[in-house]
Amino acid sequence: MANLNCKVAGIESINPFWLASAPPTDKYINVVRAFEAGWAGVVWKTLGEDPPVINMASRYGVHKNGNQHIVGINNIELISDRPLQINLDEIRRVRKEWPDRVIIGSMMAVIEEKAWKELAIAIAETGVQGLELNLGCPHGMCERGMGSAIGQVPEMVEKVTRWVKEVVDIPVFTKLTPNITNILWSAEAAQQGGADAVSLINTVNSIVSVDLDQMAPTPVVDGKGTHGGYCGTAVKPIALNMVAEISRNQPTKDLQISAIGGIETWRDAAEFIALGADGLQVCTAAMLYGFRIVDDMIAGLSDWMDEKGYASIDDFRGMAVGNTVDWNELNINYDTKAFIDPESCIECGRCHIACEDTSHQAIKFDVSKEGKRTFTVIDDECVGCNLCAHICPVPDCIEMRPVDNGLPHMTWPEHPLNPMNEQ
Amino acid sequence: MALGLCNFNKTGTNNNANKDALSNNYADLHEPLSFLQAKAEADRCLYCYDAPCITACPTSIDVPTFIHQIRSTNLTGSAKTILSQNIMGGTCSRACPTEILCEQACVLNVSEEQPVEIGLLQRFAVDSLFEKQAASQLEHPFKRAKLKEKRIAVIGAGPAGLACAHRASMLGYDVTVFEAKNKAGGLNEYGLAAYKMVDDFAQKEIEFLLQIGGIHIETGQKLGENLSLKSLCDDFDAVFTSVGLGLSNQLGINGEDDDRVIDAIEFIEAIRQSDDLSSLSVGNNVIVIGAGNTAIDAAIQSKRLGADNVTVVYRRGEESMSATQWEIDLARKNGVNFRFYSAPKSFENIQTHNSNTDTYTKTASLECDYMQLDDDGKLTTTGESYKLPTDMVLKAIGQKFDKSPFTELNIENGKLVVSNYQTSMKGLFAGGDCIASGSDLTVQAVEDGKQAAHAIDQYLSKNQYLSKNQYLSKNSNLSNLSEEK
Ligand SMILES: Cc1cc2nc3c(=O)[nH]c(=O)nc-3n(C[C@H](O)[C@H](O)[C@H](O)COP(=O)(O)OP(=O)(O)OC[C@H]3O[C@@H](n4cnc5c(N)ncnc54)[C@H](O)[C@@H]3O)c2cc1C
Ligand SMILES: Cc1cc2nc3c(=O)[nH]c(=O)nc-3n(C[C@H](O)[C@H](O)[C@H](O)COP(=O)(O)O)c2cc1C
Ligand code: SF4
Ligand code: SF4
Ligand code: SF4
Repeated sequence: MANLNCKVAGIESINPFWLASAPPTDKYINVVRAFEAGWAGVVWKTLGEDPPVINMASRYGVHKNGNQHIVGINNIELISDRPLQINLDEIRRVRKEWPDRVIIGSMMAVIEEKAWKELAIAIAETGVQGLELNLGCPHGMCERGMGSAIGQVPEMVEKVTRWVKEVVDIPVFTKLTPNITNILWSAEAAQQGGADAVSLINTVNSIVSVDLDQMAPTPVVDGKGTHGGYCGTAVKPIALNMVAEISRNQPTKDLQISAIGGIETWRDAAEFIALGADGLQVCTAAMLYGFRIVDDMIAGLSDWMDEKGYASIDDFRGMAVGNTVDWNELNINYDTKAFIDPESCIECGRCHIACEDTSHQAIKFDVSKEGKRTFTVIDDECVGCNLCAHICPVPDCIEMRPVDNGLPHMTWPEHPLNPMNEQ
Repeated sequence: MALGLCNFNKTGTNNNANKDALSNNYADLHEPLSFLQAKAEADRCLYCYDAPCITACPTSIDVPTFIHQIRSTNLTGSAKTILSQNIMGGTCSRACPTEILCEQACVLNVSEEQPVEIGLLQRFAVDSLFEKQAASQLEHPFKRAKLKEKRIAVIGAGPAGLACAHRASMLGYDVTVFEAKNKAGGLNEYGLAAYKMVDDFAQKEIEFLLQIGGIHIETGQKLGENLSLKSLCDDFDAVFTSVGLGLSNQLGINGEDDDRVIDAIEFIEAIRQSDDLSSLSVGNNVIVIGAGNTAIDAAIQSKRLGADNVTVVYRRGEESMSATQWEIDLARKNGVNFRFYSAPKSFENIQTHNSNTDTYTKTASLECDYMQLDDDGKLTTTGESYKLPTDMVLKAIGQKFDKSPFTELNIENGKLVVSNYQTSMKGLFAGGDCIASGSDLTVQAVEDGKQAAHAIDQYLSKNQYLSKNQYLSKNSNLSNLSEEK
């Protein structure tokens, strides 16, 4: 069994899997059940100043695939709706009972120095190992000048991070919103403010579906709906990119990253780590399947590491960062052609129609006298886009074969047809 | 072995069916799933919480988790999930009557009238681990605990004995398994129908199981002959007996000693052990007496071996048969006939003289009484009988426990009495078919073996109290809470 221990912003963790600040970490009973199930840490549901907020019924919209599996949730929940003191007492109690597990206190406040500082001190005094500043919530709280209203303005990100750093001596995680133009602006601002780590992503602003009978976005609250925060496997690609951007950006490359967004299996976890994540947070997967989902995250990651010969997380952390480059650095002379293996083709025809209608008319379709359907790639037409290979329902049936065209490695900036090169 | 069958060779019709057709007849009953089939089937599973299929499995395999792991393509993890509960998950996925176990409990029976094919998925996961192991020397998925320097003897290398040995080894014990036959496996090797256990799977599984280390199998060691309970109890810290049911029940009818009247078990064993099925003989008119899965297996295998007519004769009605409906249907699909309310009375040789050629032909028949249920539901004869021509009778009227080596022990209803697998003799444990709760299922035998290993572990560690630290770490919740007060 590979060693899954890791360190995030200096905090030791028995595995990389923490629960993100959300309903799964809302109170004592949930958190204890999570620890019993094997989660290494939790970021407690975001705390604000009293009086507590009031939540809506209902709170969720979902996005399902054809097999009725949920690929994304959208929520309109606010921060913790319980009195601050109850939360603080519970945090203190779990910290005592589970000394080997991590609790990070998540917080948000209006943009006032005193409010941030007092709340930070109150939470830190419970013995949490770190604080997370929720600058991401994209609904409700932002309308009160909190959450993403702060996270979308780099100067404010820097400011609140600094305020909190000034009053606590535990690691501070600044949680970033993806609802911005360039994640590096807020990541760098957090770093300027002294953040020990950034957590990302919070939920993506979304309307997940429209109820066509009530003609309102879901979830429908008394005939009306609002935009909410999208999360779950559907947001993983957005999160992966934002994590990679921070990892490969010179000024932020050493910033610790607690990666969040659509992590549901061990494979998702491995991908985030390969792009430089130091730790991981999960919310939706636990909400959909319960805390037991961590079993296979741990087992699968460890089995995969054993097979690959990685003894610890550090052995492969960031290994894909160097291979993540700007488009301008790719080899424009590299060529591939689709090749269909007639042995494994099940004759569904999906590759043909996709290429015919929407790409380059490069897959020929013949029917023999006996009725056998054959699909053949016309090399001269195929541009190597690989759409067909993705669409084919049979794994490895369509292979993208590299073509030796005798051309040297060349990037677009080096290319003779690049107009920039004429000057 | 299979003396009856060998004798029968002399008088029976030689098997003319060609070799290819025969091996086809004995190919896998259920085709294994391909990767895509397994993925698609896995996708049907709803990943139920506290799933009914787990409860319905005698070894409590975490079915939704192992299926989820197929979906996440963590096939090694999936196999581990299965094997951690049931080290013979491979055999069970082939032999379990899933229609009365896990699949009967699947919630999709209700919504789709078709359960998830749990057995086939289980086989897919375990087989892929075995294949991976064969290709890459992947380590055995289980490790032994710190060695306890205590030795356990296991008598009988069937599924119960082997499952006990594996779990005991995991718990840190050294195990010696004594087996009367010259191959380990018990009924996995000698009894399960050949078309359920193709490709020498029983032996492959044993090889896998032994990878854990600390298990030593001695074949040709028979309790009551060259082994005694007393010496084993003296030489080992604990003994587990899992000798199964060694004796076949007899009919007690006239003509039973004829060499054309054979124990079905011997017939099945001969098929399992044969390298060349075309060298085996089978009658043209085979009668199988019995009502359980052994009768069904013997009937189907006779048919597949080339018998023209195969008739199962049973003294009660179909609804009383202990074979599962699925097995009975399978027999019908294979062309097996059934005669219910028929109680065999005598087996008779008939010699007919052909005056044209002046030769004698030897045939035989089985005479049966027509039975009925009287008003109290008691089975009685109607007084009428009929004769069925036959040239081979297979007796499948049940196995029984051979008590002879266990005379000092408590025995009830012909089987060993146990309490948490402990027999009436200190340090002697028992499980599998030979105990009173034995249910005649491989999967139950495996569960017995596993649980017995834990019972033995408890017994052997009884006098070692947990150190204070161990106690506290086990109860950290409690201690922290009380500290707070
Ligand atoms: C024909 C047949 C078909 C079956 N088909 C199925 C099926 O499809 N599915 C299913 O779930 N179950 C099936 N069963 C039942 C299943 O095989 C048994 O429940 C299971 O094998 C019991 O396991 P066991 O370990 O208790 O005994 P066994 O498998 O009988 O093993 C006992 C072992 O002990 C050895 N032994 C016996 N006496 C001694 C001695 N004195 N000294 C040393 N060793 C000894 C034997 O040689 C044998 O290896 C079938 C049974 C039969 C008879
Ligand atoms: C119902 C719900 C409530 C949430 N509440 C909070 C919150 O209070 N504070 C916070 O920082 N993030 C909150 N989040 C965002 C999650 O912590 C997480 O960043 C996001 O869901 C992406 O991770 P995932 O794809 O694993 O779910 C919430 C998410 C959901 C679904
Ligand atoms: S999960 Fe269902 S039952 Fe539970 S609080 Fe939400 S709406 Fe109510
Ligand atoms: S998509 Fe794949 S399987 Fe379908 S026709 Fe094309 S090559 Fe064959
Ligand atoms: S009952 Fe059926 S659907 Fe539910 S977990 Fe078991 S196999 Fe899957």
